[in-house]
Amino acid sequence: MVEERVASLATRSIKREAKMWALRTAISMTDLTTLEGMDTKEKVRQLCHKAIRPDPTDASIPSVAAVCVYPNLVGTAAEVLGGSSVKVAAVSTYFPSGQAPLDLKVAETGRVVADGADEVDMVIDRGAFLAGDYVKVFAEVAAIREAAGDACLKVILETGELGSYDNVRRASMLAMAAGADFIKTSTGKVSPAATPAVTLVMLESIRDFHRNTGRAVGMKPAGGIGSAKQAIRWLVLLNETLGVEWMTPRLFRFGASSLLNDLLMQIRWLETERYQSPDYFTKA
Amino acid sequence: MVRHDALAPRPGTGPPMWEYQESRENPDLAGIRDRSGLWIDGEETEPLSGKWFSTIDPATEEHLSMVAEAGPADVERAVGAARDAAAGWAAMPATERAKSLFRLARLVQERSRELAVMDTRDGGKPIREARDVDLPLVAAHFFYHAGWADKLEYAFPGAEPRPMGVVGQVIPWNFPLLMAAWKVAPALATGNTVVLKPAETTPLSALRLAEVAAEAGLPPGVLNVIPGAGETGAELVGHRGVDKVAFTGSTQVGKEIRRRLAGSGKALTLELGGKGAHVVFEDAPLDQAVEGVVNGIFFNQGQVCCAGSRLLVQESVAPEFVDRLRRRLSTLRVGDPLDKNTDIGAINSAAQLQRITELVESGQEEGALIYQPPCELPERGFWFPPTLFTDVSQSHRIAREEIFGPVLSILTFRTPAEAVERANNTPYGLASGVWTSKGSRILWMADRLAAGVVWANTYNKFDPASPFGGVKESGFGREGGRHGLAAYLRGVG
Amino acid sequence: MGERMAVRKTYKLYVDGGFPRSESGRTFPFVSDDGSEVVQISRASRKDLRMAVRAARGALAGWRGRSGYNRGQILYRVAEMVEDRAATFAAQLELGGSSVSGARAEVAEAADLLVWYAGWCDKYVQVIGNMNPVAGPFFNISVPEPVGVVGMAAPSAPVLRGLVAGLAPVISSGNTAVVVAAPAQPMVAITLAEALATADVPAGVVNILTGFPEELAPWMAGHMDVNAVDLSGVHPEALSDLEEAASHNLKRTGRWESPDANLYRISAFTEIKTVWHPKGR
Repeated sequence: MVEERVASLATRSIKREAKMWALRTAISMTDLTTLEGMDTKEKVRQLCHKAIRPDPTDASIPSVAAVCVYPNLVGTAAEVLGGSSVKVAAVSTYFPSGQAPLDLKVAETGRVVADGADEVDMVIDRGAFLAGDYVKVFAEVAAIREAAGDACLKVILETGELGSYDNVRRASMLAMAAGADFIKTSTGKVSPAATPAVTLVMLESIRDFHRNTGRAVGMKPAGGIGSAKQAIRWLVLLNETLGVEWMTPRLFRFGASSLLNDLLMQIRWLETERYQSPDYFTKA
Repeated sequence: MVRHDALAPRPGTGPPMWEYQESRENPDLAGIRDRSGLWIDGEETEPLSGKWFSTIDPATEEHLSMVAEAGPADVERAVGAARDAAAGWAAMPATERAKSLFRLARLVQERSRELAVMDTRDGGKPIREARDVDLPLVAAHFFYHAGWADKLEYAFPGAEPRPMGVVGQVIPWNFPLLMAAWKVAPALATGNTVVLKPAETTPLSALRLAEVAAEAGLPPGVLNVIPGAGETGAELVGHRGVDKVAFTGSTQVGKEIRRRLAGSGKALTLELGGKGAHVVFEDAPLDQAVEGVVNGIFFNQGQVCCAGSRLLVQESVAPEFVDRLRRRLSTLRVGDPLDKNTDIGAINSAAQLQRITELVESGQEEGALIYQPPCELPERGFWFPPTLFTDVSQSHRIAREEIFGPVLSILTFRTPAEAVERANNTPYGLASGVWTSKGSRILWMADRLAAGVVWANTYNKFDPASPFGGVKESGFGREGGRHGLAAYLRGVG
Repeated sequence: MGERMAVRKTYKLYVDGGFPRSESGRTFPFVSDDGSEVVQISRASRKDLRMAVRAARGALAGWRGRSGYNRGQILYRVAEMVEDRAATFAAQLELGGSSVSGARAEVAEAADLLVWYAGWCDKYVQVIGNMNPVAGPFFNISVPEPVGVVGMAAPSAPVLRGLVAGLAPVISSGNTAVVVAAPAQPMVAITLAEALATADVPAGVVNILTGFPEELAPWMAGHMDVNAVDLSGVHPEALSDLEEAASHNLKRTGRWESPDANLYRISAFTEIKTVWHPKGR
């Protein structure tokens, strides 16, 4: 049923002006991400410049929402992004596995915030979750929530490891109850990452949580979203499930790296009606 | 509602609007001609009746084509052609018969876009359904039955299955081409020849199918299509040259046919009306159940014999479930059937709209509470908004009579036994839905529900491999699967 | 002006959707019945067999996971491709000594056989499987499932029909196959591989090795990751050793003399699975 609903929405087409708005909005919702072992300060600086001004030839293109990096690159990102609207997001809690004692995770979170992270992307302990130790999962999220202070907390469920939609829903509820500002599908290190069906289950959880508590939690699909077409498909899901109120970077993000240029290419295509080549867009 | 705009797109980058693009399928793809004659003995032919009638697009009330109406002399001709072709078709090596049906299946796949647009225009169903449901199932139905043509001895061990001869088939307007496929594919695969009467409001795709069949190499006379109204159907089923009658339509007409055929020795299968019940237990995954219930009653504007037109929801979750259902209804898009974003299309005819309207009024008069989401209906054409009734009691007409429209009657229950009692408290018995996380309860319910089909945690699933048909006044005989073949064979019943 | 130089086809193995040469670099000559034509054919080694089994294992989950309807469509497409190559097949059969009319008839029979099995893909479960009326409040159903990777030694006569008669039932239920083609007319098997490769049969579902069955069959019968073998093409005297080799992992073994349509060649390469589920409120 989840898959059927998703499939039926996949065929929706939206108006050209709406599409243009959606593409620009999607850019403003992007957490431009680099999470590789070979990341360097230089790479992160490049990415930050790209984040502030995604298309050097078109000043009307909005900045992305945030740049998402490993903890030891937070300072570098903060230097470049300081003064811009782009937030610094850091993965934390021993991303991507989360296999570390809680005190280390808390310390790591405190450190990234001290170094200038505006947002913290934590991972849940999937081992504890799958073992049924929901108390531990809840307590960890709550502890990181506290350690993160005023920073925006995104909780990564790593849905590709959870095994069922029931578990995705349960983990969503747990994370939101423990204080998540966003729930996020994936680290990007596990396949499948953000599927439309998993996203729909999480959006429905957000809707139900909002109905029960009045608190609006954000959604961040991440991993495997590389094309503008996919991004629009996600926005259709968002619109149909949570409505236009959620169609803002405050409540919806895309965790992605290659998506940005495809969005730019699609905007250019709509403007010029010429199919585009990646050669004309900057690589971060 | 929380609103945040700190990170909203900069001014000038476009207003925060979100409208679906009308994405309209090209109506000309249907290739509808000004005149559509009868199809008899492998060719299009003028009606001896001299009569023609107009078929219209129910979404616009525009005239589409003048269609030949078969009179008694035309029925005579068609049955004669089928009779003449019967011996040759039955004697053809089964593998060759199989291959011609495989070819037909392939050609349907090739031309499915044309046929989908045709059914949408002639019948009012959303193009998304015609394209994604009807046509794939039509092709699959021919493909599946093609494979049986040379394997009948495996389907009925110990028997010697033989074709019945000439089959007269009368089909409804809700799935014009799909119902034709459900009738024609098994009849031909089992070695019978066919005279098919499509519904008078949707005759075009069955006629086109006959053309496609000829292209596929089916011999003349094997498939004849004769449009017309009730009189043509009565003439056909009563014709002495017809060995077997298959009818899909209302229970009332089904009973008339049964009466008419009494003592004639003709074989008969009937696929009639229904008042399907969705039983939603408190432990069901509610969002999925909402999807299933929505699909169950609003698919094809609810003009489905197995529509889940009664919702029995466990008291403990009833308010929440109805709330979710209401919200989901507000996202349904009613309108132009050719628009790919449309969920709910046009009602098939003025007469059907009249019937739906009348029953809905009776529901209000009898004291049920109506809910219809705000939606703008087009000015021309036949439309009815998605409708929910709560506070329905078992004695209301809307809980007992088949409405055949986008109208759901909601009742509650407390225990599984009560759910079964309420679900079965109807003369109909076509289909039921059960929604629960407990497997053992699904099977317990399935044992007790008086229905030919029980869908569990899903609804409106069709597959040529799966038999479909009803019990009690929903008719007899099955279509599809191994069991559906029996309807067209001697020596197996 | 001289006669145009023909561009000849190189005959190679068919493994994992591609057409590699034998890793051994070996070939063997095919000499036409009248001695007028000589063609070099790849001679597969046991390492090629190993690669073929690996490909078949890799393709198994996807192939058996497809719907019967989908497999049926693909088998029907194979029939279309065989019919499309009728002239090529017939010419190759004639090189092997078939009469013109015999060759044509065999190609037609092979195509029809594929159509017949295409029809079974979404039906054999309905005929072989069943509900069991157990004496208790249980839902109890038995259904056939594909056995897994099936090795096959194809018979040498009739070479095309025999190959199709073995292969079609094996893959119709969702098994994947490693075929050792009959060495007498190996080009026919590779032409069939071309039909398979252009019929949307996923890579690895069918792998065809040309070479010497007496060299390859023992490795196939002994392979611990092969679940069943069809030994229709091996010499009767070799049967005992091969069945013994098959005993190490209890491979299912079978052998058919007739290349006729036979539902029970499908069920021979399936296992019955029975599912119990309670009924209750």
